Amino acid sequence: MKKTVLRKPKGFIDVYKHKPGAEKDRTHYCPGCGHGILHKLIAEAIEDLDIIDDTILISPVGCSVFAYYYFDTGNFQVAHGRAPAVGTAVSRANPDKVVISYQGDGDLAAIGGNNILQAANRGENIAVFFVNNAIYGMTGGQMAPTTLLEQITTTTPYGRNANTDGFPMKMCEVLSQLSAPTYVERVSLHDAPHIRRTRAAVRKALQNAKERKGFQFVEVLSTCPSGWKIDPVKSMEWVKEKMLPQFPLGVYKDVSNEAVAVERPVPIFDPAIVWEKLGISSVADVDFPRGDVPDEYRKMSIRVAGFGGQGIMVTGQALASVALEYGYNVSWLPSYGPEMRGGTANCSVNIQDGTIGAAEAVKPGLLLAMNRPSLEKFEKFIVPGGTLIYNSTLIDIKPVRNDIKVFAIPITGIADELGNTRVQSLVNIGAYAAITGMFNVDHVVELLPKLFKGKKQAIIDLNAKAVKAGYDYVKENF
Amino acid sequence: MTDAKYPRSEVDPDKCKGCGLCIAACPKKVLVFSPKLNSKGYHYAEYVGSGCVGCGNCFYNCPEPDAITVYLRNYDPEKVV
Amino acid sequence: MARMLMKGNYAAVYGAAMAGCTAYYGYPITPASEIAESAAALFPKLGRIFLQAESEVAAINMVYGAAGSGQRVMTGSSGPGISLKSEGISYCAGAALPCVIVDIMRGGPGLGNIGPEQSDYNQVVKGGGHGNYKNIVLAPNSSQEMCDYTMLAFELADKYRTPVFVLTDGVIGQMMESVTIPEPVKELPDKSDYAVFGNPLHKNLVNSIYIDHDDLEAWNMVLYKKYQQIEENEVRFEEYMMDDAEIVVVGYGSVSRVLRTAVDDARAKGVKMGLFRPITLFPFPVNEIAAFPGRGVKHVLTVELSTGQMVDDVNLALGGVIKSDLYFRLGGNVPSADEITGKVSELYGEVK
Repeated sequence: MKKTVLRKPKGFIDVYKHKPGAEKDRTHYCPGCGHGILHKLIAEAIEDLDIIDDTILISPVGCSVFAYYYFDTGNFQVAHGRAPAVGTAVSRANPDKVVISYQGDGDLAAIGGNNILQAANRGENIAVFFVNNAIYGMTGGQMAPTTLLEQITTTTPYGRNANTDGFPMKMCEVLSQLSAPTYVERVSLHDAPHIRRTRAAVRKALQNAKERKGFQFVEVLSTCPSGWKIDPVKSMEWVKEKMLPQFPLGVYKDVSNEAVAVERPVPIFDPAIVWEKLGISSVADVDFPRGDVPDEYRKMSIRVAGFGGQGIMVTGQALASVALEYGYNVSWLPSYGPEMRGGTANCSVNIQDGTIGAAEAVKPGLLLAMNRPSLEKFEKFIVPGGTLIYNSTLIDIKPVRNDIKVFAIPITGIADELGNTRVQSLVNIGAYAAITGMFNVDHVVELLPKLFKGKKQAIIDLNAKAVKAGYDYVKENF
Repeated sequence: MTDAKYPRSEVDPDKCKGCGLCIAACPKKVLVFSPKLNSKGYHYAEYVGSGCVGCGNCFYNCPEPDAITVYLRNYDPEKVV
Repeated sequence: MARMLMKGNYAAVYGAAMAGCTAYYGYPITPASEIAESAAALFPKLGRIFLQAESEVAAINMVYGAAGSGQRVMTGSSGPGISLKSEGISYCAGAALPCVIVDIMRGGPGLGNIGPEQSDYNQVVKGGGHGNYKNIVLAPNSSQEMCDYTMLAFELADKYRTPVFVLTDGVIGQMMESVTIPEPVKELPDKSDYAVFGNPLHKNLVNSIYIDHDDLEAWNMVLYKKYQQIEENEVRFEEYMMDDAEIVVVGYGSVSRVLRTAVDDARAKGVKMGLFRPITLFPFPVNEIAAFPGRGVKHVLTVELSTGQMVDDVNLALGGVIKSDLYFRLGGNVPSADEITGKVSELYGEVK
């Protein structure tokens, strides 16, 4: 569209309502500041691309912290360096909008260095305009990551020294090495032809953003007359003479033609579909009928202990899972605290009606000891009158307590006879069912497909045999 | 304002910050610092009144959104919405 | 069926899913990683967003972006990660953005260890980052509460437009219990008055900068009044055997579970002991604790997995009217019920 007038673009707000004070018709920028030039190019492109009502702009920290005063878009003001992270979420939440991250050199290349790198690497659907003026303007002229060698700033009073301060950070060179970015170009504002080139780059980035073509990065070499303490016109010459040799202009990457529009999923909120997708049924839970459980086994505090790899955690979880189906309150807690040290794995299980207090079975009513160290360590804590089940295949000593009920069961042996040591856990469940009367073996078998969700039928069948074998051993021997 | 046939640059004296970038960018040297000061104490830029070719350099070099307006050749105010 | 056996960490994510949480942004850290893992498993099934951020700092700033975009959003972490997130939480509070942060506390300071501690109390309950702000803090003590209070956290976050913490420790995060999954929310709140959607009607501004001194003072007063309103309306607590209690043990999270058992043990021996469990840590149940002396309470023992953080709030509430003591374990160690009754006996000479 051929223009007949060049005037304040409609991408700008008419009256800068967010700007405090009386001067709501002009910017806060210093005379000759490059931000104003770039702002105008962006605002013009937003108007010309007809995206005024579809753009969200993210203002950084630095002199452009108040960019939101000016742009007639949705606006965020964010923490120092975090615009690409915020932009990531804004873009994910608004996949069909143009999200602009406007950042300075300290913000983008120093404190937010990782954020820009990672957003670029994810190919976030955002357009980044990176104003490189080689200095921290807002805070009064300190060294930026892009400050030139030998450049004097308030924190490099003797000039930037590569030995101590490193080299000017070259963001286009860095980001263009990544796979995801679509378009990476460095441009400059130092004279009218280069401003035209910048104008084209801005428009290209925003056109790509409008087409949801991923990550766009335009680095703009700009001036800071106040920070450099050089007048505006000479500042332009300074960019040309000093900055251009160290920051070569040009297109560093451009795969705009091959880029495809980024698609994002549509969130589901319909309650019925949410439950269906998560496998939650709205059918009421039906408890298994409980058998005759002796009083002493109606409130269980259980410790399961053994070597790592003996199915200790699985045994505990299976106990809790099965008990849950009888309508008990249950808890399962993996070993925590000093018990973790000393080579044994253990977990605590509580099964009872009513609220469960302490989850750890410090004084268990039932100890299931799968190896000798566990027996030696935990036997003494069993409550008087409590129950000990121990794995007589591996434990070659006798329990010392005589105030408890003892069940010596060759758990590992039974499992081995079934052809797989790993079914020990379900041998345990069978034995527990037989001793306490809390579970019906048929119910346990019925639950196995759920407990071993996704496992092969053969595994489920083998575990069913294990449950029965554990149960039968107790019934036959005690 | 009266002759629409010729392009011209218009500087809002009150919004100009006197940075001089438009003056430096003008290929025809038809923008100059005014001897007068505006309310902020800047010698603002002004168009000498003739010689503008409507290149738009001043507009694009000006950092202040609303300080410069450039009317291009055959500008017809009735056609602009 | 809606009844499932699951860890507290998972339950929090189910609660979030049911609350209509649309995005999870997080970074792995033990013992909170399972929150991110379960969100990674569940959220894509619902077309919702899961993203593993490059850092804790990035994650909380993504939360800022999502919340500002009007989404219900959540992150989770543990002590060192919460320290890193403090900046972003301050920005969320300053911009009045609702979000939910789950903190599964671990041992500190520094890298500490991955055992359960409650030493994030001060940094979470007192704000943590810079500026005048507070977080609403819910302290669940079971898997079911992890689910329910995470859901509640989203409601409170939106009601007050403020960050809400679900604060617990590795015991509750790692423990599996029965959880009945609540029904999903049917309608999400309208946030068009402040959220940025990038459309002509809602060109809002999400912002925490007020350059003018009077403007910032005025905004801080708005926040201040909001926190007062929260203190008036949102105090939650649980009492157990408190009616005739002469000795009250005070604890939250996993400690409150142990204290409950200790109360049972003490009561079995005829000791008039009760449990007071703050569920909201901010707002703290100040009035309820201040009322202890009037109810006949003679001794108060606060038990923490930290060297006396919550006890400061207990003492402020008691105002020195009755004796208050502190017992704590650290480094991942959790006290047993016997330890508690032993301490009570040692201090007050009443438990045999």
